[in-house]
Amino acid sequence: MSHEATLHGHDSHGHDDHGHHEHHDTFLTKYVFSQDHKMIAKQFLITGMVWAVLGGLMSVLFRLQLGYPDASFPWLESILGKWAKGGQITPEAYYALVTTHGTVLVFFVLTAGLSGTFANFLIPLQVGARDMASPFMNMLSYWFFLAASVVMLSSMFVETGPFSGGWTAYPPLSALGDASPGSKTGMDLWIIAMALFVVSSLLGGLNYIATILNMRTKGMSMTRLPLTIWALFFTAVLGVLSFPVLLSGFILLIFDRNFGTSFYLSDIFVNGVGALSNEGGSAILYQHLFWFLGHPEVYIILLPAMGMVSEIMSINSRKPIFGYMAMLGSLFAIAVLAFLVWAHHMFVTGLNPFLGSIFVLLTLLIAVPSAIKVFNWLTTLWRGNIRFTPAMLFAIGFVSLFISGGLTGIWLGNAALDIHLHDTYFVIAHFHIVMGVASMFGMFAGVYHWFPKMYGRYLNNSLGYIHFWVTMAGAYLIFWPMHYEGLAGMPRRYFDFSIWESFKQFAELNRFISTVSMIVFAVQILFLINFFYSIFKGRKVTTQNPWEANTLEWTTPINPGHGNWPGEIPEVHRWAYDYGKDGKDFIPQDVPVGADESSSH
Amino acid sequence: MSLYLSIAIIVLIFVVIFQIAKASEYVSILKGEEASRKQNNKINGFLMIVFLVLGFLGVYVCNEYLYGKTLLAQGAASVQGEKVDQMLWITLTITGIVFVVTQVLLFWFAYKYQENENRKAFFFAHSTKLELIWTAIPAITLTVLVIFGLRNWFFFTGEPPKGAMVVEVTGKQFGWIFRYPGHDNIFGKKYYKNIDPATNSVGIIWDDKYAQDDILTEQTMYVVKGQPVKLIIGSRDVVHDVGLSHFRLKMDAVPGIPTTMWFTPKYTTKEMREKTGNPNFAYEISCDQMCGNGHYSMKGIIEVVDQEEYDLWLAKQKPQYFTAFPEKDPTAAPVVTDSTATAKK
Repeated sequence: MSHEATLHGHDSHGHDDHGHHEHHDTFLTKYVFSQDHKMIAKQFLITGMVWAVLGGLMSVLFRLQLGYPDASFPWLESILGKWAKGGQITPEAYYALVTTHGTVLVFFVLTAGLSGTFANFLIPLQVGARDMASPFMNMLSYWFFLAASVVMLSSMFVETGPFSGGWTAYPPLSALGDASPGSKTGMDLWIIAMALFVVSSLLGGLNYIATILNMRTKGMSMTRLPLTIWALFFTAVLGVLSFPVLLSGFILLIFDRNFGTSFYLSDIFVNGVGALSNEGGSAILYQHLFWFLGHPEVYIILLPAMGMVSEIMSINSRKPIFGYMAMLGSLFAIAVLAFLVWAHHMFVTGLNPFLGSIFVLLTLLIAVPSAIKVFNWLTTLWRGNIRFTPAMLFAIGFVSLFISGGLTGIWLGNAALDIHLHDTYFVIAHFHIVMGVASMFGMFAGVYHWFPKMYGRYLNNSLGYIHFWVTMAGAYLIFWPMHYEGLAGMPRRYFDFSIWESFKQFAELNRFISTVSMIVFAVQILFLINFFYSIFKGRKVTTQNPWEANTLEWTTPINPGHGNWPGEIPEVHRWAYDYGKDGKDFIPQDVPVGADESSSH
Repeated sequence: MSLYLSIAIIVLIFVVIFQIAKASEYVSILKGEEASRKQNNKINGFLMIVFLVLGFLGVYVCNEYLYGKTLLAQGAASVQGEKVDQMLWITLTITGIVFVVTQVLLFWFAYKYQENENRKAFFFAHSTKLELIWTAIPAITLTVLVIFGLRNWFFFTGEPPKGAMVVEVTGKQFGWIFRYPGHDNIFGKKYYKNIDPATNSVGIIWDDKYAQDDILTEQTMYVVKGQPVKLIIGSRDVVHDVGLSHFRLKMDAVPGIPTTMWFTPKYTTKEMREKTGNPNFAYEISCDQMCGNGHYSMKGIIEVVDQEEYDLWLAKQKPQYFTAFPEKDPTAAPVVTDSTATAKK
């Protein structure tokens, strides 16, 4: 496959920007069954955006219930039918919304939408390759993702409702249709969708690893790779090693659900059904298998954002990223530790306390590489010459959120505090800030920064600034007060707090949070308008290198064709971060080292 | 109607914002890229400082409004809880300092080092000394937190003192069942296939000699102030979680795998009502693990009372055995004679 792509690139040498191929691209081969990594990236991005809108809308709907538990909205019944009888969301519908919101945002938006988009788009362009190692597998990766999306979407429309047991899908609740209507057909579809998703991410991940290791251009040694590529590399490794474990957990769950096995089931008496025959299984086994993926998954979501933020921050500070090797080392440390901390999600499952203590130690250890990254980003800003592009703003926002959410990780990673805060709103605040919103910011930064490369046009700057400031303020207004709710012990996943003497005091605050969440959601619509409008009508890019950056993607034509470079692939002579060196504003990677150049970096 | 109106208003606002943004783009093209970049830098650099100041102000206001509603303000109701609170304060102090310093640096640097044509960016690629410093400091700080945390963790998860009261807690969709061992202080054996929702909700094996004095109650559990109580936790259907926010503890209830947790309550429910000024105060048990559509209503109550009151309460409780087999209940003698009378007829 790669040979074909390489040949195409050579053939088109000397032709115009669009890289003519011998065969003509039809609409179908160019936009639908494309094997061009850039088009596949856009497919991932737009599918991810559709899911982000749906997932976001779901959160607005369940925030409506939390903020206005007594009000009824007749229009809800017109959209949701029996799930909102009389204009009030039912508990079933609430839990289905919460569950789907979690699943969709974690997997479909922040894994497929983020890694899928930027790994596909940036890896060949930044390592200097004409395409992925296997463009066909790459195409399959997208189509498996789309299949997963279709199945997940279809689960919204079954009679018994979509799965409603939380995105973590703990059995026995997820295994027993009699314990919850959502665990009937909805759960079967959920598992099928997730299995297809795992296949998609494995096909993608193997491809990313192969491309990074084997297809770097001449001179692009591993230590000259931009940090984006390193981050995407570790992300792919994490995914390839952990997703199969999740799949195995799901397969056992399928057996328990449909074939009468007892991997996760034991000693169960279901109301209205009676005692089940299953004995000897362990519900905790599933949690181990799930979190063995689940925790690396957090870093699968976070690392690409870190990589892009490092890159964007360095470019817009007009300074090298501070401590390239330390950044790389901390990425590596995080990737290794990601596999050794999963049980901190399980401190209160009755885990052996000694085992728990090991996981406390390893969990808090992650704070060290995280701290290194934060201090290095700060030092990158220090004495820079900062340009506030919308991408740069989102990168700075990412660091702020990563600090805020990361620090509460030190609270929750300590078992003696987790025993109090586990599954409260404190946890919601923590992971939404550090993983959800922060990674979303990384994604926005990436979209604003590489949009000109994707579509040959700019996004509207002013809309970008409005988008950033409202989202940034909104994110803090929504999630900061939730820490206090958590410190009052308020549990997650409650449909209604009015019967609780300990938690009903937050009614007013919940209304406030819900209102802000709607405003923030509306501003994301503004971003979507900006995005789709600018694809067709945005200001045209007129220079090859609009951000004056060093990496290879900016040596391609403004609208690169399949094969990326019309001529030879450029040779690389230096690392990606020679900004402000020897008095020069920037020196791209393909510029040979000058005779009088200082050697240090 | 009002829905369509509000949609129309939102669309209108979008159109206006969009037009302004479009117009500003044309203006910036006219002014030239350099000039408009300078202007954007100024505005956003200024907003960085505004955000920092308003952010800290917001943190202060938020704290003023909400601190009083947290359990930290109320104080812990168990010995364990006091240790948790103490650790919360230590962790808050350490992470709070880091939070303030790093956020200030982030936004201050962003503001201070915004683009200026008279300044050149400082080529500063790395410094081993600096990097060592900010590897070592977090590592040392975290070691302190780990040591503190683990000492408490082993205390919480360790064995309760001798003479602790033992109560078995069983979660079900959607409520709590409590079992007391009775006079012999030993629980009778149980097997889930014996469960009968009406008379034997946890599946006690009645033939077991320790089983016949076991007491079952639902929804409300009584414990004694100052006396350590150990909970043996289980579930009869899906995973639940015994969440005791006032005592600062929680533990999952897993079917087939019993778990334990112990604590020493410090105040009776009555004392807490006075202390908090809330006449409706109750030690609520919240289910903290998603367990189905009724999860949010799975509430239990712990009544903390003094020894005297507890003894009075206990004396009123009838072993479950006699509910399951009313004919064997010696105190219900008239019923027995009645039934034999009818049988004779």
